[in-house]
Amino acid sequence: MLVLEKNPYIGGATVSRELHTDWKYSNCSYVCSLLRPEIYRSLNLAKHGLQVTPYGGGVTYMENGDYLAAYRDKELSYREYARHSKHDADAYLRFKTETARQCRFIRDFMLATPPDPTSFRPRDLKELMNIGKTFMGLDEEVMYDTFRFWSMSVAEYLDEFFESDIVKANLAGSGIIGTALGPYSPGTAYVMLHHYMGDVDGNVGTWGLARGGMGAVSKALHGAFLERGGTVRVDAGVEQILVKDGKAIGVALHSGEELYSPVIVSGLDVKRTFLNCMDSSDLSPDFVDSVSNFRIRGSSGKVNIALDGLPTFTALPKGSPLYGGDMHFVDSLERLERGYDDWKEGRWSQDPYLDMLMPTTCDPTMAPPGKHYMSVFVQYCPPKLAKGEWTDEDREAFGQTVIDQIGRFSPDFKDLILHMEVRTPRELENEVGLTSGNIFHGELTLDQLLFNRPLPGYAQYRGPVKGLYMCGSSTHPGGGVMAAPGANAAREILSDLKRPNTVPENFGDD
Amino acid sequence: MTKALVIGGGHNGLTAAALLAKRGVDVTVLEANPAVGGMAATLEFAPGFRAPGLAQFVYQLQSDVVKALELEKHGLEFAATGLSTVALSEARDHVSYDDGTLIGHSISVKDHTAFVEFNRQMQAFADVLAALGNRRPPKLGYGDRSDKLGLARLAFDVRRLGRDDMRQLLRVGASNVYDVLNEWFDHDGLKGALALDAVLGTHAGPRSGNTMLTYLHRRSGTFGSLAQPRFSNDSLSEAFANAARSHGVSIRASSRVANINVVQGRVSGVTLSHGETIDADLVISNLDPHTTVMGLVGARHFDTGFVRRIHHVRMRGNAARLNLALSAKPSVPGLQLGDYAQRLVIAPDTDRVERAFNPSKYGQWSEEAVMEISLPTLGDPALAPDGKHVLSATVQYAPYQLKAGWNDDNKSRFTQQLIAQLDRYMPGISSLVEASELLSPLDIEQRYGVRGGQWHHGELTLDQFLFVRPTYGAAQYALPLDGLYLCGAGAHPGGGISGAAGRNCALEIIRQEGGV
Repeated sequence: MLVLEKNPYIGGATVSRELHTDWKYSNCSYVCSLLRPEIYRSLNLAKHGLQVTPYGGGVTYMENGDYLAAYRDKELSYREYARHSKHDADAYLRFKTETARQCRFIRDFMLATPPDPTSFRPRDLKELMNIGKTFMGLDEEVMYDTFRFWSMSVAEYLDEFFESDIVKANLAGSGIIGTALGPYSPGTAYVMLHHYMGDVDGNVGTWGLARGGMGAVSKALHGAFLERGGTVRVDAGVEQILVKDGKAIGVALHSGEELYSPVIVSGLDVKRTFLNCMDSSDLSPDFVDSVSNFRIRGSSGKVNIALDGLPTFTALPKGSPLYGGDMHFVDSLERLERGYDDWKEGRWSQDPYLDMLMPTTCDPTMAPPGKHYMSVFVQYCPPKLAKGEWTDEDREAFGQTVIDQIGRFSPDFKDLILHMEVRTPRELENEVGLTSGNIFHGELTLDQLLFNRPLPGYAQYRGPVKGLYMCGSSTHPGGGVMAAPGANAAREILSDLKRPNTVPENFGDD
Repeated sequence: MTKALVIGGGHNGLTAAALLAKRGVDVTVLEANPAVGGMAATLEFAPGFRAPGLAQFVYQLQSDVVKALELEKHGLEFAATGLSTVALSEARDHVSYDDGTLIGHSISVKDHTAFVEFNRQMQAFADVLAALGNRRPPKLGYGDRSDKLGLARLAFDVRRLGRDDMRQLLRVGASNVYDVLNEWFDHDGLKGALALDAVLGTHAGPRSGNTMLTYLHRRSGTFGSLAQPRFSNDSLSEAFANAARSHGVSIRASSRVANINVVQGRVSGVTLSHGETIDADLVISNLDPHTTVMGLVGARHFDTGFVRRIHHVRMRGNAARLNLALSAKPSVPGLQLGDYAQRLVIAPDTDRVERAFNPSKYGQWSEEAVMEISLPTLGDPALAPDGKHVLSATVQYAPYQLKAGWNDDNKSRFTQQLIAQLDRYMPGISSLVEASELLSPLDIEQRYGVRGGQWHHGELTLDQFLFVRPTYGAAQYALPLDGLYLCGAGAHPGGGISGAAGRNCALEIIRQEGGV
């Protein structure tokens, strides 16, 4: 196996980069939960240095100076919710139960190839039956809830439980992260599930920090790969996938060098793979059409900041454990939705949703002692502005909007900034190779999930020409630092090569 | 003889009543208003000027219903059939289309070609939906044999589309109309009008998920094409009422039901608002599910889970109706003479439809509304005094929960805004207006008794569709209280003048109650 990487470093969007001396930035993905435990264990990633620790809770700041905290401790959490609404504190228990039920249902299908519902092949029928059986095995009421859940908006779903706006705003964030939809858009309840179905050490729904930054995940996978005899070449961007007689035979690099292999696997998103790296004459016009129609609009940006010390957040008590959690600055669904309205009009949100975190509060390896690294995920941020392409001035202005949003709640924050990296969809596309800056390699809407992902008829990791496979997040089960698409693709490839399957099966341990 | 009461004389109530009476049930329809017909009835809005109620066009009528009720024999007449939709343009670039043809001087060859295939595919999908809509929705889980057959039939109908169409249906069915139209077409005016078709009467913008479902639902009629009934003699609602009467249904107008009575876990009849009590074996509600369960029966007769689910049925009305009494026919620059009598729409492009939707999310009306307009007097002059005309427009978006409140001041401000907007498309119309009427969702709620002013008796989204319409435990027309049924648009398959819900409900009652 040879892996080709265009950048001088591996990891793609899962990296730790030293962009300011002595600071390590998880400059794209920043927290870990979705990584399949089966893969973690079967590749023995612990041995290769991956250590994920759950981080403590989170907070949403309110305009009135108060805040809503999320604690991992049940009692604390209940008391905090009850401070805002007794009704919602009770409802939260019900919400957790019902959401966990949806998580359990979907987790079983992560490490499985989606069946083609139009096919009569035994394996597709069998897998369809399997899904049907799991579904029919649910309580009737849960079946209907599941059906509804998959097509609802996160706001509607939350409305069925909660009354308080701050509670809903605090939970709705998971429904929009990385998605070009507002919390009122149908389909966002699933996006929330996508962010809940992971785990840290078996704690479903928990998110953790990889020690040393997200690059630790790539480093561990890299280690496991080398151990099994793989080779990696960096600075080796692929210009073109070579096809001869309807079969992929190799690749041509930017340098002009050609490499040949009977199996080519693309970890790029489908638009890049088929529209940028292939000759359209090697593909059918219908296929090219459906790739062009694949929706992959970027909706987020990222700001990474080196801080001279820990900023003070006025609303929090001194020494609060919440400094170690994620922080949010938008306290109502309406404000979140208005952020989306900006995106639709080709503007970045003027009142952006931020998922902000200071990993250095529990991981001392990412910044010098006493200093901090702040990771800010920003939503919404359009791939193209109404007035045209992004310019450097736009990017600076976008960064300023983010700084101002945080600064409203932390008076000393701005003065502590030593260095800042601002990434709009333009940078995500140019540097990482995410088309339009979409972090999931394609939007996670119902029409692009399961057997529709990436394209109807091509959901089983095989490309349109023989010998060509897809293993990126454009395929089922989609984006996030999950490794499931890669594992599923490997299983299909091994089966085509008539080799024994080495891909771990789903534990079904939930 | 089984005695049944139908609450509400809308077209679905009358359909259910007629079909049950045909089977020998003693049926009485109780209508709160002085005339039956519900949203399909014609009303006078200014002295000498009448306009269609809420339903100004008919496109979802089911041929099974027309046949079973012999509606044509009972007086259903059309003032115009085979109507096209004309997308009005301020730049005189009007586009006209129906299910077969597309006309517009700026339409590209590519769009023309795509339109043919688009219609073929959408109609194939809508036909699956229509077949589904004319049956009781199957239950998952613990269903009986007919539920299993129903599911199998659905699977068969979908399979029968063929592999390519089936793949498209499974993808597009859950999608939004904005993205799908961009896949097919380039022309802004065409896309805008098609997008409006998908969002009319819903709380959704073109970018909202599920709007392909509403689009297909709209196309799922099986009786004729887009048509305008003769409203001047109320032929639409009278046909339904006459059909019912012909089978011996007695219709009592001005009889508002205040309460559905329950004795030992079974309905025993109703009490009218003036105190009269009527006993019955069956009570069939043509009202929306929330009003039926919470308003007329009372939450205490249902389990809490069910009550909570009914409470969560989303019913946000977001459309208003504007009726204008005009001293003369308005004129639209560049519009062909024959096009005035068609279905006119103002929805210049998909972005502007979406932009119109934005403020309604926050309790404000659209600054630039989108509209579905008709000039019914062109085909049906008796609706207005000689030489005068009526313009009737469905206007979006106008949220039920308007932050500023639907008081007279705001209604007149909104009316002025709409007339000013119309004036840009129909120059000079503002000086023709003799009288106007604006029905806000609040007015619609009060006039028709439908919660939220939501015509569909519950928003039509995937999570309120099929076996979860209005909610599980009530999706097969029988509410979880013996003898109580739901026959209105809040039940499967939803709103529109179709009659399917009423017919399905009657068939289900005949199944359930055996002896009737």
